[in-house]
Amino acid sequence: MRSAWFGIATGVALAAALAFLTLPVVAIFVDSPPADLISALGEEGALDALWLSLKTTAAALAIIVVVGTPAAYLLATRRFPARALVITLVELPLVLPPAVAGIALLAALGPSLTFTTGAVVVALTFVASPFYLRQAQAAFASVDRSWLEASRTLGASEARTFARVAIPTAVPGLMAGGALALGRALGEFGATLMFAGSLQGVTQTAPLAIYQRFSTDFDAALALSAVLVAVSAAILLTAKLFGGWDAADRR
Amino acid sequence: MLRIAAEATLGDLELDVAAEVAAGECLALAGPSGAGKSSVLRVISGLLRPRRGSVACGERVWLDTERGIDLPPDERRCGYVFQDYALFPHLSAWQNVAYALTRLPRRERRPRAVELLERFGLGDRAEARPRTLSGGERQRVAVARALAVEPAALLLDEPLSALDARTRAAAGRELAAVLHAAGVPALLVTHDFQEAALLGDRVGVMDGGRIVQLGTAGELAAEPASPFVADFTGAVVLTGVAAPAADGLTRVTLDGGGEVTSPEPAAGPVAVTVYPWEIALAPRGTIDPGSARNHLDVEIVSVTAVGSRVRVGLAAPQPLAAELTGPAVTAMHIAPGQRAVATWKATATRLLPLTPQGSDEVRH
Repeated sequence: MRSAWFGIATGVALAAALAFLTLPVVAIFVDSPPADLISALGEEGALDALWLSLKTTAAALAIIVVVGTPAAYLLATRRFPARALVITLVELPLVLPPAVAGIALLAALGPSLTFTTGAVVVALTFVASPFYLRQAQAAFASVDRSWLEASRTLGASEARTFARVAIPTAVPGLMAGGALALGRALGEFGATLMFAGSLQGVTQTAPLAIYQRFSTDFDAALALSAVLVAVSAAILLTAKLFGGWDAADRR
Repeated sequence: MLRIAAEATLGDLELDVAAEVAAGECLALAGPSGAGKSSVLRVISGLLRPRRGSVACGERVWLDTERGIDLPPDERRCGYVFQDYALFPHLSAWQNVAYALTRLPRRERRPRAVELLERFGLGDRAEARPRTLSGGERQRVAVARALAVEPAALLLDEPLSALDARTRAAAGRELAAVLHAAGVPALLVTHDFQEAALLGDRVGVMDGGRIVQLGTAGELAAEPASPFVADFTGAVVLTGVAAPAADGLTRVTLDGGGEVTSPEPAAGPVAVTVYPWEIALAPRGTIDPGSARNHLDVEIVSVTAVGSRVRVGLAAPQPLAAELTGPAVTAMHIAPGQRAVATWKATATRLLPLTPQGSDEVRH
């Protein structure tokens, strides 16, 4: 039976992917007992790095959402000359190696920002915003055009239509885009190192702190990694719950 | 009074229309899909800007390309009922209606929205989301929402086509009453001539971006100006070559065989139109001469019940159709594959001269 062997083949493929993608993450927790984890966090610098990561990621995400949402709406709903070019340029950081992004930021903004927390936010925003823009643009493009048109004929301005119809109906897609950008920002390493440096408490985010401990204190690096995994998983789960709940309510 | 004139290029379609609709009147634009019907509504509501044109409602000018006037949709006060209704999925029925009530103070919006829904028998569905409403309920919410803007004109795009056959008749009667009660010009778009006849005081048949004929539904069915209109209004259209006969009538030799007679003068290529309900069927060889002059040997191709009537598809070999009652079909044992004779009076036979281009317009 053809369908039987195909079913088995796809099942095996999924099992292999699942194992390969989860085993390393599981290994982090297996190799770092809870006691080590807590003592590692007590270490000076670890908490600093974690706290800095959360602060800068939150700031970058706020900038991305506030600027990216209307920009994505424009890209999704209007046809204008060179639109395809604009979309390609906006997506460029997706394929840029992070180290190159760091060099590019240095070249553009100069060394004056280096070793400031602001530089970290700039680097995170640069590498993470395309993830949000892409997803948000797709979300707005899938909003039924007749809803937007109905809103206009019902007396709503373009701005009110955007706020009251486009955003609420695109929310699941916007949340997904936000989660992707957040994950990318939280894990950012190369661009931050090149552009902002690795100064403890100022520019040393959690990934940079992990790298610093990697050669000297592997257990501490492992513990910090475990915390980062937990935070990332919590964010992903929250986004899925929100998005899922909203999508189920809508359809 | 709503006045519109517009010229626009929409892909392959050249839209060129002009129409007037009086207050309290409903003009139904009917035609096949792609004829440009919805584009007329979009021009009026401001969702589509024509190359040249003007739209005026009462004293107010909404669009005049010559004078550079072009009000945005939110300043035109058109009650627009979209195809598939375009209800906001994230808002309840009353919130959908209240969306149009921004001119009222915030606390008055909900009572007013619920009041409008009650007028449509939906008072108990006010909290429901669109996806939980039936097709008929959605249609009524959409109409209530369009009325909530206190429209200066009503625009309806295929308001009944999303409904099942059972709901459609009742919804159609209700909608006709609403349109007349609203007392504003109403423009309705449909691909279904019967729907246009039911809801429109006048019907404009659209084809290829133009209104090809405008009149009451009865006028269009009785005196179609072209084979296209005849075909669209439901008439059977046969092609042939006409020649005057000695008895003062016109004899038409049909393409593919057969001959029919009409009192209308014509010569050369013609389209012969006759309505399916004028055609009777008789078993072969038992023709009662009677007064019907036209007899065609036909093969029965299909038998389809349409409500209480039965539409019998025939091949002569050109396609035509007869409409009979159910008992008549049963009594005559009519079934596909059988042969019969189709008969109708010469006076029910209309002739439309075919120009070389005109023949392209005959569509099935």
